[in-house]
Amino acid sequence: MFKILQKSLSIGSATADYPRIAPRLVEQFRGCPQFDFAAWSDARPAADACPTGAIAVSDHDGARQVTMDYGRCIFCGECEQASSDGAVRMTQQFELAAADRRDLVLTAEYTLHPDGSHAELRSATSDPSNEEPGKRIEAAIHHLLGRSLAIRQVDAGSCNGCEQEIVALNNPVHDIERFGIHFVASPRHADMLLVTGPVTRNMELALRKTWAATPGPKVVVAVGACGISGGIFGTNYASLGGVDAVIPVDVYIPGCPPRPEALLHGILLALGQVPRANRQNLRIDITDKLFSRAVHEVTGR
Amino acid sequence: MTTFMDEIRQRFPQQVRSVDELVSGQFTVLLDGPDATAIARHLLTERQARLVSVFAEDRVHVEGVFYIYYVFDRPGDPTWLILKAPVPAENPTFPSLAAEFPAVNWQEREIQDWFGLEAAGHPNPRRVALHDNWPDVHPLRKDFPLDTVLPPFEGERHIYRPAHGEGVFHIPVGPVHAGIIEPGHFDFAVAGEPILYLQLRMFYTHKATEKLFENLPIHRAVFLAESISGDSAFSHGAAFCQAIERAAGIEVPARAQFMRTILLELERIANHISDAGAIANDVGFVIANAHAGRVRELLLGLCETLTGSRVLRGMVAIGGVRRDWQQGQVEAILSTLEVFEREFRDLVAIFQSSNSTRERLERTGILRPQKASVLGVVGVVGRASGVDLDFRRDHPYAAYRHLPFRVPVYQAGDVRHRLLVRIDEVGESMQLIRAAVAQLPDGPHRAPAHPIPPGRCAIGAVEGWRGEIVHWIRTGEGNCLERCKVKDPSLNNWPAIVEAMEGNIIADFPVINKSFNLSYSGTDR
Repeated sequence: MFKILQKSLSIGSATADYPRIAPRLVEQFRGCPQFDFAAWSDARPAADACPTGAIAVSDHDGARQVTMDYGRCIFCGECEQASSDGAVRMTQQFELAAADRRDLVLTAEYTLHPDGSHAELRSATSDPSNEEPGKRIEAAIHHLLGRSLAIRQVDAGSCNGCEQEIVALNNPVHDIERFGIHFVASPRHADMLLVTGPVTRNMELALRKTWAATPGPKVVVAVGACGISGGIFGTNYASLGGVDAVIPVDVYIPGCPPRPEALLHGILLALGQVPRANRQNLRIDITDKLFSRAVHEVTGR
Repeated sequence: MTTFMDEIRQRFPQQVRSVDELVSGQFTVLLDGPDATAIARHLLTERQARLVSVFAEDRVHVEGVFYIYYVFDRPGDPTWLILKAPVPAENPTFPSLAAEFPAVNWQEREIQDWFGLEAAGHPNPRRVALHDNWPDVHPLRKDFPLDTVLPPFEGERHIYRPAHGEGVFHIPVGPVHAGIIEPGHFDFAVAGEPILYLQLRMFYTHKATEKLFENLPIHRAVFLAESISGDSAFSHGAAFCQAIERAAGIEVPARAQFMRTILLELERIANHISDAGAIANDVGFVIANAHAGRVRELLLGLCETLTGSRVLRGMVAIGGVRRDWQQGQVEAILSTLEVFEREFRDLVAIFQSSNSTRERLERTGILRPQKASVLGVVGVVGRASGVDLDFRRDHPYAAYRHLPFRVPVYQAGDVRHRLLVRIDEVGESMQLIRAAVAQLPDGPHRAPAHPIPPGRCAIGAVEGWRGEIVHWIRTGEGNCLERCKVKDPSLNNWPAIVEAMEGNIIADFPVINKSFNLSYSGTDR
């Protein structure tokens, strides 16, 4: 007993102070790729190399449309290798969580040449904007959930890569409990569902039941390329694709798997998304929003 | 091996049609018909061979038959022996071996489900891979399109074996569990606290992985291999790359072989440390888990320095590795290992300091060596129950033939010994990594790109941290695949959990399950 105490005291605090202080990233860490659309002479090699179809090229009527979906990207860096003109560059950006799925998709349109190459850029959407979570969101959690947010994690078909990093949120280094956030054993105790995917055919019903068993107001966070879009598995006879094909999603966290700080960023973003009105109104707000989406979901099928 | 092959030919002249030695390191024996029973029995009972994997392939569109493959190995012989038994499309049935050799029980049922070939005489021919309410489809047949839309899932209809008696009842658990783990269903029949028996239902995370391989170019398929079981991303990736390299005759440069070895061992250490912590956690020794989680972060940081990914993704490639290391990265291995070794020693001391923990782990969840051997149990679980197997030693790959290491084997088969195997292996892995760094050759880190010839079949085998991983591939036209069979060690080991649970109390299920730590995704694919 004394030895254990001595060891723990000699270590002191192991906890990293993210998001107050940016994490110390090693120079080799690969975050998301960044695209200089104006300088990109040919997107086809990158699209061919991309294992998940995050980069897609489609030609029609003398124009080429290139889309880049961060909701499919696994940060492998193959697009950078394949693009000889330096227009694709891997960055160390990992805080990519977004409340709107469309914020994760970039599009560029080029004039197409007869030889298959493309010329000047006609239009491009900008990088998704990311809010700094930090103190504002911490305040929002404290306000809304009384310093206590309960998360139920649901693996709806993942490869278990995301689970590894979610487990790491609970270790002393990332220590998610310092935000008053903890993982609970039952959806009936949860405020948030943290769902990994792709959602398999065999897990669809379990996911729906888990969602229904979670009392409102509730927040759903889709984790990883597979949770957002189906990732490398996509949609097939056994996979329904991303989590939002089955239940409404409030925040999407890209990555394969998202590093613990990226998960934390997304979870905090999900909480910050809740407007700072009085508690009664908030409750109605959220349930209304989820209800209308749920109705849409049911009638849409 | 050649003399061994001659002997088989002489002994079974009617059954053996031809022997294919085109690809190095493996003999493929084409049989005359679907019945492999006699040769398999001879190999297993008289020649000490072991059945590593059984799987099928649909060649109806080309050759008018399905094939069943039986992959064997023998102690002291690194060559693979593969029996290839044709099953005619018009009579899709093959004799089952499961009654005699229970290790193939699930694998034969998988063939039934995915290919619609009947394992005649199987003692329990119910579905295993497709749940009971799936329509009558066989997804790995070539005429079944990947994007087939099936009717919506309406809940599992599996009928569990009932338990009756005073005070006897069932406890259904899952597929959504209490912890941060993968989905599966467990049905416990209990009499008070002790468990009478446990029934399992897996394949909740089946996501068409093997079918997807047939639809991806090989250079992209490496990333799919990394997503078979996320905790073994590098091991599965390496097994896949080795299969392709063997098929195409690609010589992987020595530097890359050593780099792969170092990364494989890092994956092993990182997972063993988290398992050790989780085992402690499940018997209430939370402080040990906290230290293990902290120490694991040290290793994940090193993984990131070496590959750009904390979980070693995007590094392994056909012909080597994607990125070379600078001197600073190599030095980081040694300096991190130095800190890690001190931390690891302290961690082991913490584990050993608690008598109450020892009492919870000892004689809990015993898997007897005889049972382990019959069920074909592999990996850490096998080595804790007397099954002395390790592909690193028995089928050397990467740089293992140049490096000394010991394979720890225990007979007791309880949770404590599964923990001890892990602790011993961490020690061995540290020595392996240090030796590999000391011998790390200069030179290229990747063989030049190479067109991959079609129609080649090959095995790739890696001893992942959990146990033996086998990929078998057939290459197709245009750098694509015709088939990729994936075997994760979990598939063999799940039925053994049932044995280990009997007579234990239900409160010990989490720690027993954790001491096995099997991959649901690797099983379900």
